[in-house]
Amino acid sequence: MKVKFGVVVFPGSNCDYDTFYVLNTIFNAHTEFLWHKDTDIKGSDVIILPGGFSYGDYVRTGAIAKFSPIMNEVAKFANNGGIVLGICNGFQILLEMNLLPGVMLKNTSLKFISKDIFVKVTNKNTFFSSKIEKDVLQIPIAHSEGNYFAEDSVLTELQENNQIVLQYSSQDGIVSDEFNPNGSKLNIAGIINKQGNILGMMPHPERNSESILGNRDGSGIFESIISNFINK
Amino acid sequence: MFKATVIVKRKPAILDPQGKAAQQGAKLLGFENIKQTRIDKFICFEIHVDEISQAEEELKQYCDKILTNPNMEEYEFKLEKF
Repeated sequence: MKVKFGVVVFPGSNCDYDTFYVLNTIFNAHTEFLWHKDTDIKGSDVIILPGGFSYGDYVRTGAIAKFSPIMNEVAKFANNGGIVLGICNGFQILLEMNLLPGVMLKNTSLKFISKDIFVKVTNKNTFFSSKIEKDVLQIPIAHSEGNYFAEDSVLTELQENNQIVLQYSSQDGIVSDEFNPNGSKLNIAGIINKQGNILGMMPHPERNSESILGNRDGSGIFESIISNFINK
Repeated sequence: MFKATVIVKRKPAILDPQGKAAQQGAKLLGFENIKQTRIDKFICFEIHVDEISQAEEELKQYCDKILTNPNMEEYEFKLEKF
């Protein structure tokens, strides 16, 4: 059985082709682009909201993208338990849609940060992370609004339900302010919803999923999805 | 018809890195009396309806659905007939 991936393309998406390439060529998975004006998710088993600057990030990141015709279908799919992964701008869109809790603020440095950082895989017991072998991943981030914020009660709930999947850390997995690139509460780099079918993450796993790039730490996310889908 | 002006403010608990940066600039320039800088948004548009109640209703929906994220922002508005 082959998993069918759908990669949503908004005006301003710029990681859509990277994501398509990784799924289609590296993982040999059936992959389709889903145009923002369409209303057909083409039988996708897994939907990916890729990185980029949908609608120029106007008003707020993800604020306009959530009204795209395709997103009504994505919301229905997600609310019925469909597997959805939002990467970077995709994560911001999931927050705007209230499919995940919290908001993204500007990085405390006010700068666009594009570099490799380390994240601790805090929860490996998810559909998206169970096949990740390492405890700490070296993975690129590229954003200016990645400063995750939520009220304390929401943060407590995220912790209690093990919804925090990735946290900015040292190379050895130490989670502290020193290793927080953007000011995120609790060093949050990725969270999952309570039901476990929607993951939002700021790092870009599609940018380091093949060894020719020197590091394939991002691949475990896609391997987990594919493997868990087949064994579902 | 009405002219609408909306001021969108972050909730007080939400960090405003831009306001903070401007505030630091003020300090560097020696503006000792300038405090608590916040950088927020000012938005204006027209609403082509006759009744103010309808204008207000549409404005609120627009603000709630697109112009603000209620998780981090609040807004105040003014409607002027023209």
